Amino acid sequence: MSQVNAVSLTDKEYLLPGNRLCPGCALSLAYRHILKALDGQAIVTVPASCLTVLHGMYPVTSVTVPCVNTPFASVAASATGLVAGLKAVGRKDLTVVAVAGDGGTHDIGIQALSGAAERRDDFIYICYDNEGYMNTGNQRSGSSPLGALTGTTPILGKRQHQKDIVAIMEAHAVPYVATANASYPLDLYQKVRKARSMSGLRFIHVYTPCPPGWGFLFSDTIKIGELAVQTGWSVLYEVENGVFRLTAGSEAVARKGNRADLKEFLKTQGRFGNLSEETIQELQNWVAARWQRYLARAGLA
Amino acid sequence: MGTRDCGHICGESSPGIGEGGKTGEWRNSRPVIDEEKCTPVRKNKPTCFLCWLFCPEVTITKTVPLRIDLEYCKGCGICAEVCPTRAIAMVDEEDFVS
Amino acid sequence: MTETNTAGREPHDQMMDGNRAAAIGAKLCRVQVVAAYPITPQTPVTEALSEFVERRELPAQYITVESEHSALAVCSSASLVGARTFTATSAHGLAYMHEMLHWVAGTRLPVVLACVNRAIGAPWNVLNDQQDSISQRDTGWIQIYARNNQEILDSVIQAYRIAEQTYLPVMVCYDGYILSHTEMPVEVPSQEAVDRYLPTYKPHTILEPGNPKNYNLVTLANPRENAQGILCHGYMEIRYLLQEALQESRGAISTAGQEFGDLFGRSYARLLWEHRMQDADIAIVAMGSLAMEATLAADALRSQGTRAGVLGIRVFRPFPGKDIAQALRQCRLAVVFDKNISYGNEGATCNEIKAALYGSGASTAVRNFIVGLGGRDVKARDLADAVNRALSSLDKGAPSHEYAEWICEI
Repeated sequence: MSQVNAVSLTDKEYLLPGNRLCPGCALSLAYRHILKALDGQAIVTVPASCLTVLHGMYPVTSVTVPCVNTPFASVAASATGLVAGLKAVGRKDLTVVAVAGDGGTHDIGIQALSGAAERRDDFIYICYDNEGYMNTGNQRSGSSPLGALTGTTPILGKRQHQKDIVAIMEAHAVPYVATANASYPLDLYQKVRKARSMSGLRFIHVYTPCPPGWGFLFSDTIKIGELAVQTGWSVLYEVENGVFRLTAGSEAVARKGNRADLKEFLKTQGRFGNLSEETIQELQNWVAARWQRYLARAGLA
Repeated sequence: MGTRDCGHICGESSPGIGEGGKTGEWRNSRPVIDEEKCTPVRKNKPTCFLCWLFCPEVTITKTVPLRIDLEYCKGCGICAEVCPTRAIAMVDEEDFVS
Repeated sequence: MTETNTAGREPHDQMMDGNRAAAIGAKLCRVQVVAAYPITPQTPVTEALSEFVERRELPAQYITVESEHSALAVCSSASLVGARTFTATSAHGLAYMHEMLHWVAGTRLPVVLACVNRAIGAPWNVLNDQQDSISQRDTGWIQIYARNNQEILDSVIQAYRIAEQTYLPVMVCYDGYILSHTEMPVEVPSQEAVDRYLPTYKPHTILEPGNPKNYNLVTLANPRENAQGILCHGYMEIRYLLQEALQESRGAISTAGQEFGDLFGRSYARLLWEHRMQDADIAIVAMGSLAMEATLAADALRSQGTRAGVLGIRVFRPFPGKDIAQALRQCRLAVVFDKNISYGNEGATCNEIKAALYGSGASTAVRNFIVGLGGRDVKARDLADAVNRALSSLDKGAPSHEYAEWICEI
């Protein structure tokens, strides 16, 4: 697959200006590039989430791609239904793409996702992860980090590490899992393109920092995403038919061996404003151990 | 006059610009491109375009010179942050009130 | 062994249970996507359909979903892109898909669901009553209650005709075990006749990149203009249209039933059916197999000198209130047997019948009995005894129970 850059990337857009998402929203940016990678030749299905709001309110939508909204727990089942329905009516030209937040993926939506993966249903599932239930105002999700202050962990911070949904999906033996990050849009674009060329259940996890939820200035969204990669909090990789490789910024950090101190990332966001020294150490250890495992898988340990 | 004439029997939406209103009104500051520093303008050819790449709002055109749709630009300032030549400044909206 | 006569044109009689009848009905309708999760006593439906698909007798996709909520979500999206879909469930499974029932109705999708009526816990009970489907009567689905296995098969076929014409989902309900697991003679129509009866499904939705529509976005309280300046619905107007469609579906249901009769010899033109109601003084009212049982009770009462008849409710949603009021006009007493209870009030059908009588000018007294919950056997003699008790209390001028009288051992 040839490398794309900002100049060669298509200028065809599938988002219209004037949507309701927050200024500086990483989801808006990520979705823009996901739709480009699909050339708009897709039916997307979306559960309750910030993405629902991006799509707009009846009778107007900001998105020029067909979309089927579905209740919160069911996006993977909705995708399964779209695939089955399209097959039944003889349509072969459209890719079905489920796009959900971490709430609709890790938590309430995990059952349907696991079922679809186990059945080897043929669609792309993209999880955009802002580490909380952001559409309802930042309540804690299974993806929220240890120590994060959220609406439902407002004083003590979250007491558990986040759930590794990508590992869970890998354990379903799906042909393709990948992680991406809105601050690396070309890497995201390439991964969606690759997924599109494959069949089976393809899972992509996209890291999408949230200015109001995480407590940072909306002009810093790209910088926060980059810091996440530089510190190893967000790791860019893909596993294609069992073969692991680091990509983009994570590959660069691995080769240079210059992973930054996690504190550089933690200190930038209000949601980490109450971390004890103990919790910071715990987070640093956790990220370090995980990073070593990725390095080992990449053959760079 | 009722809503029946729209012909919808369920919630069927069609595309439209400005679904969330004139989101340009959300801004506190607006991006201003200094064309002397903007690489595509200086070189008079399609190049860089990082601000276009990173704009979440689809309000920057991929043209030379680049144009920003101020009716919908939310003023997030990401373009100013990512520009490698610091060609974009976020200027307070108050400065444009005549 | 094939149950459908694909070679010849003649229908033929077979002994089969209600679950088999439902599965064969779906097969004859050439359903394209089936998504169902096993639950007692519906399970044989899932197995029969899986077998039809794997034997290539039915060229459909059987999606082995991991839950009922997913089952209906699969059917919803498949229907939206134009596939004819089918699912089946009972009790807890129906409850599990509750939010999707609302969703499917609100999207106006012609999904057909067979509900094998079973009691809902707590405590656990796998046997028959009608609480499950009755509890979903507010969701916007058409509800048909079959009284025997022939009606199950016939109702599934009519369901697709009705659903795809009105863009309303249809629930075909039948009693668990009493019908689902009991064999009766059923005449199976030929595939060719069913093909003539059912037109092709034409979805009202568009899923085209060249004309991109979004379905079921957040809808505001008030009407709002679209990008072309046309005033479009608020939430309330969309829901009004669902109600309007349901109310108007009586005509489509009746016509579909009439034309079913023309083609297959069994007419379903009416939403109610009657047994000896022409000169009845006392009406026994029930739904499903209980209504069949009631005919024995009515006959027994007749032989004792009471002019009893049975009013069976075949279609519960839309509620045939006017028809019921008309049928009960002549009766001085209607005894309504409910295999359900609206806790805190009374039996659901009784409550709706009383509402139908209100303002109709009829002076029919109404008495309500709750029977058969959790599979408690209801014999014709129990029904007849209850009628006699109600009659005697009415004749004595005694007030009715404040709420329904339960026939149980408490």
